[in-house]
Amino acid sequence: MTAGVTWGAAAALAVLAGLSLFTGVIGLAPGDLLADPEALGLLLVSRLPRTLAVILTGASMAVAGLIMQMLVRNRFVEPTTAGTGQGAALGILLVTLLWPEAPILARMIAASVAALLATAGFLLLVRRLPPTEPLLVPLVAIVYGSILGAVVAFIGYRLDLLQYVEVWMNGEFSGVILGRYELLWASGVLAALAYLVADRFAIVGLGRETSVSLGLDYDRVVLLGLLIVSTVSALTVVTVGMIPFVGIVVPNVASRLMGDNLRATLPGVALLGALFVLACDLLGRVIRHPYEIPVGTVFGVLGAVVFLVLLHGRPARAG
Amino acid sequence: MAGRPVLDKRLLALGLVLTLLCAAFLTLGARGDWGFVLAYRGTKLAALLLVGVAVAVATVLFQTVSGNRILTPSIMGFDALFVLLQTSLVFALGGVGAAALPAALRFCLEFGLLLGGALLLFGTLLGSGRTDLHRMVLTGIILGVLFRSLAGFLQRLIDPNDFVVVQASSFASFGAVDGDLLGLAAGLSTLALLGTWSLRHRLDVLALGRDHAISLGVDHRRSVLLVLVLVAALVSVSTALVGPVTFFGLLVSALAHLVMRTHRHASLLPAAALVAGIVLVGGQLVVERLLGLAATLSVVVEFLGGLAFLYLVLRRPVR
Repeated sequence: MTAGVTWGAAAALAVLAGLSLFTGVIGLAPGDLLADPEALGLLLVSRLPRTLAVILTGASMAVAGLIMQMLVRNRFVEPTTAGTGQGAALGILLVTLLWPEAPILARMIAASVAALLATAGFLLLVRRLPPTEPLLVPLVAIVYGSILGAVVAFIGYRLDLLQYVEVWMNGEFSGVILGRYELLWASGVLAALAYLVADRFAIVGLGRETSVSLGLDYDRVVLLGLLIVSTVSALTVVTVGMIPFVGIVVPNVASRLMGDNLRATLPGVALLGALFVLACDLLGRVIRHPYEIPVGTVFGVLGAVVFLVLLHGRPARAG
Repeated sequence: MAGRPVLDKRLLALGLVLTLLCAAFLTLGARGDWGFVLAYRGTKLAALLLVGVAVAVATVLFQTVSGNRILTPSIMGFDALFVLLQTSLVFALGGVGAAALPAALRFCLEFGLLLGGALLLFGTLLGSGRTDLHRMVLTGIILGVLFRSLAGFLQRLIDPNDFVVVQASSFASFGAVDGDLLGLAAGLSTLALLGTWSLRHRLDVLALGRDHAISLGVDHRRSVLLVLVLVAALVSVSTALVGPVTFFGLLVSALAHLVMRTHRHASLLPAAALVAGIVLVGGQLVVERLLGLAATLSVVVEFLGGLAFLYLVLRRPVR
């Protein structure tokens, strides 16, 4: 079952990626590539980077969501709603305030560190919640995220950077061209790293006592997970902006299709994430051609509907 | 039940503070023609007070029928629904068509739609007795996200010129209230407030919970629907005037409970209204006049309201 879903997702992703290469404002058909050198340039400078950016973002955000759910031990949590993304935005704002001419690497590090602190704060908050009330966790997550969001909006307003904040908060791929998305490869690498240590995250998901009695260095794995989640979120926020619900919807759908054997399902989760986000991006490009609807908005609508179904549907069963 | 005097010292104190703040708001830092200054600031003050009272009363009413203190109409997505309806109206009629409608007619249309939507969504949810509280809150929040995303989606589909018509109403701003609607809004909220006041004793009974209310002879389902109508009216007033504010109502109601320490609506409702006025007028005074930060009060209020929410949730297990 797991392998079937994974291969099916891979095949669908390949088809959509092909479509994505030839969908856009300027008409481009596969035949043009041979005849017209400019067509090839368009493909390499705009269409291919965009498609890759979508795939990398979707895959890494889905994996980050899954890891976060293991760390918090709750299925309805993800980085963009639980303050990680807002923390990253806060980090960039503070760097802009304190060190305006900072190089991009320094900004990235600041964003990641701030995202890490914000997520760690959320973990500490969640530890105080009674374990008998699982739905309290996403509730607190959303409020925590919006408190940080209010701080970001306030500072952004003071610095006249509100427009940037809007860009960070609303995921969109229309600005992606060659040379402006390469940071996302780093999140791809981090997602792959997560695959290598997937088993440890699965054990962390069983709780602290169980992890320790199984001989796992619990705090170290939690820290690694936090690092991956925060860095992936920070990279995404800086390059394309936040896409809500990817981290919740994709792991939950994947868990229903493939069960919860993390090592086996993680590639499927990444592929499904890429597939969902690419489908939404394509939809946003096609609905009102030649204008575009940001992928964050499309995913916000569809993701919210799926989330509601998940919330009210039968509880997931490991299969 | 109405034996005890309603006007206790705390209410008088709150009223006094509010009066002082209003006087300061009207006169502080005024230069030039007093007639103009008073008329200009008077309109603003009236709008702030109206919004405060509407949000406060709507929140207390909603918390009474839902039987807990962390639910508010805005957290459950009422405001977002209103913005979505406004956007859909512009989408359906076109910007010119919507602008050509008299403001009063348009407002009534939006109010009617909100009433229908609210009864449909929350009438069934609240009327059918106790459900899983956290699931309900989470559903409400996600519905809010869904409504906002849908509104954003429609805003992308409509003409940029038409967009201006809706843009003003989708972001909360206490600084720029819509003066045209003030008279109509005042009329509608006066009606709603009179209705609420006449229900105050029945509300005390409703607050005991569905079973107790029924055994005490209150038609629970009808009363809940009636209260929802009042809430919808008050929410339309506040959202039409300043736009959506998620946590303001929660903050105000929490403060009112803190000050009054009673469940009697005859004291609670006026207290909440007065606290709301104090927060808005005082906040506007401090943020706009003293700190010179126009239009950021909504952000500050969201921040404080979010903290109040976390405090309420973390302090003790919520019923």
